[in-house]
Amino acid sequence: MLVVDLLLALAALATAGQCLLLPGLFRAVANLMAFGLVMALIWVRLEAPDVALAEAAIGAGITGALLLTALGQLPASQRDIQPARDGLPRRIIPITILVLLITGMLWAAILGLPKPGLVEEVATLLPESGAEHAVTALLLNLRGIDTLLEITVMLCAVATIWSLQQAIPPPTLSHYYPGLPTLARWLHPLFLLMFSYFLWQGTHAPGGAFPAGALLGAGGVLLLLTGSIAWMYQRAYNLLLRWLLAAGLLLFLITALAGLLMTGTLYGLPPRLAGYFIIAIEVATALSITLMLMTFYLFGRPGAQQ
Amino acid sequence: MRLIFADTALTSETLFALLAALLMALSLVSVFTTRHLIRRLLALNILSSAVFLLMVLTARTTDGIDPVPHALVLTGIVVSVSTTAVVLALYLRRYRMKPPC
Amino acid sequence: MRELLGAGFILLGIPFFIASTVGLLRFPDVYTRLHALTKVDNVGLGLICLGLAVQASSIAVALKIVLIWGLILLASSTGATLIASSALRHGPPPLRSDSDDSHAGR
Repeated sequence: MLVVDLLLALAALATAGQCLLLPGLFRAVANLMAFGLVMALIWVRLEAPDVALAEAAIGAGITGALLLTALGQLPASQRDIQPARDGLPRRIIPITILVLLITGMLWAAILGLPKPGLVEEVATLLPESGAEHAVTALLLNLRGIDTLLEITVMLCAVATIWSLQQAIPPPTLSHYYPGLPTLARWLHPLFLLMFSYFLWQGTHAPGGAFPAGALLGAGGVLLLLTGSIAWMYQRAYNLLLRWLLAAGLLLFLITALAGLLMTGTLYGLPPRLAGYFIIAIEVATALSITLMLMTFYLFGRPGAQQ
Repeated sequence: MRLIFADTALTSETLFALLAALLMALSLVSVFTTRHLIRRLLALNILSSAVFLLMVLTARTTDGIDPVPHALVLTGIVVSVSTTAVVLALYLRRYRMKPPC
Repeated sequence: MRELLGAGFILLGIPFFIASTVGLLRFPDVYTRLHALTKVDNVGLGLICLGLAVQASSIAVALKIVLIWGLILLASSTGATLIASSALRHGPPPLRSDSDDSHAGR
């Protein structure tokens, strides 16, 4: 299998190099998407299936869609990367030395790392956590505070984007590209099916709120492209959208309060209830992540005025 | 140096460690030398991927797969896409034709 | 026996991929490259999926592999249509056989 790993590493290096070194913004973005796909395969090889699922949906899908849409809205003067000035060839020797130095030092540091790990600790706590799959248990219970902060970061990102400008509904492309709505219509039941499957599977196998949310978010971006989600732009639904976006964070805070009331410590839920709370938080977090990823794609605040 | 490399054989882990180090160096140099903002954003994305690769590599211990770095990387991926979206929205705010709200 | 059959299908699929890659590199414009990529890739992928499905441990796994093939067919054919119609709207027109085409027939 070393050959496969070598090929994957070379592919990752080639796509990253083409993304960063060759001229042309469009080509760079296309290479970044290919890089995300190769990274997803590398996660599979490193036995990290949860990460692979999220990377395939976000790294190769949503990031690429965001970048390509942004490129399409830029004026022509900004679309291309200006050729480097004459100064670059002079700097190329120090840059090469710097790269080799950083690489060597990092590699030595990685190889010399002690590997204690927390496998034992997680395994002993797993039965009390309310989930059977270690990654889900960590995300939603044992290290739930990380997930809480991460949801907060995403909500802050949405708030920042909404405060910058109004969302402009994209032009309907269905007239020019008749295949697109058909594809969305055919694929959307599958997206929903996979979303529910990952959510259900998350408690005992790879899956859970993050891959599920990322997957449905990618499907939602496809629907936004075809103009099928008109309600997101309408003023009447804006309040509902805000509540849904905040649902994950709110449920986390409610859990914290419930723990405080029941046992006297923050998040100190009795273990027999932990399973139910995990399922509730998981569903709310996944929905919030889906909607936040979709609202990123609008690049502004929807439903301001008609 | 001798101590570090004494027991280094070419396994998948050393290979991916080398890949992560190379990617990190490449994207760091890119972040500091390119002038186009979007190219810098791409470099930032690759840099975060390299960091995630390092974290997942530290998860492979002798007594099994440590799930803590996996959970951290999962949250990290979502945070990095949020960063990308905010930077792009800021960038578009300058160039959009329609007047801002 | 199943192992051998599966390996045979996979080996049969590889030349299609090589042919489509050569087409992608050698064909003159977007439309012919798309033609090479989508048509030939789908046959190659179908053969490889068939080979894997024959080797699969259970019927469920085999059906899942066939489902993957179907989904990729759907996505790649729609994607090819979208790229082609986008190229027709914004990009260069297709090359005609009577126009000056230095790569044709080589």
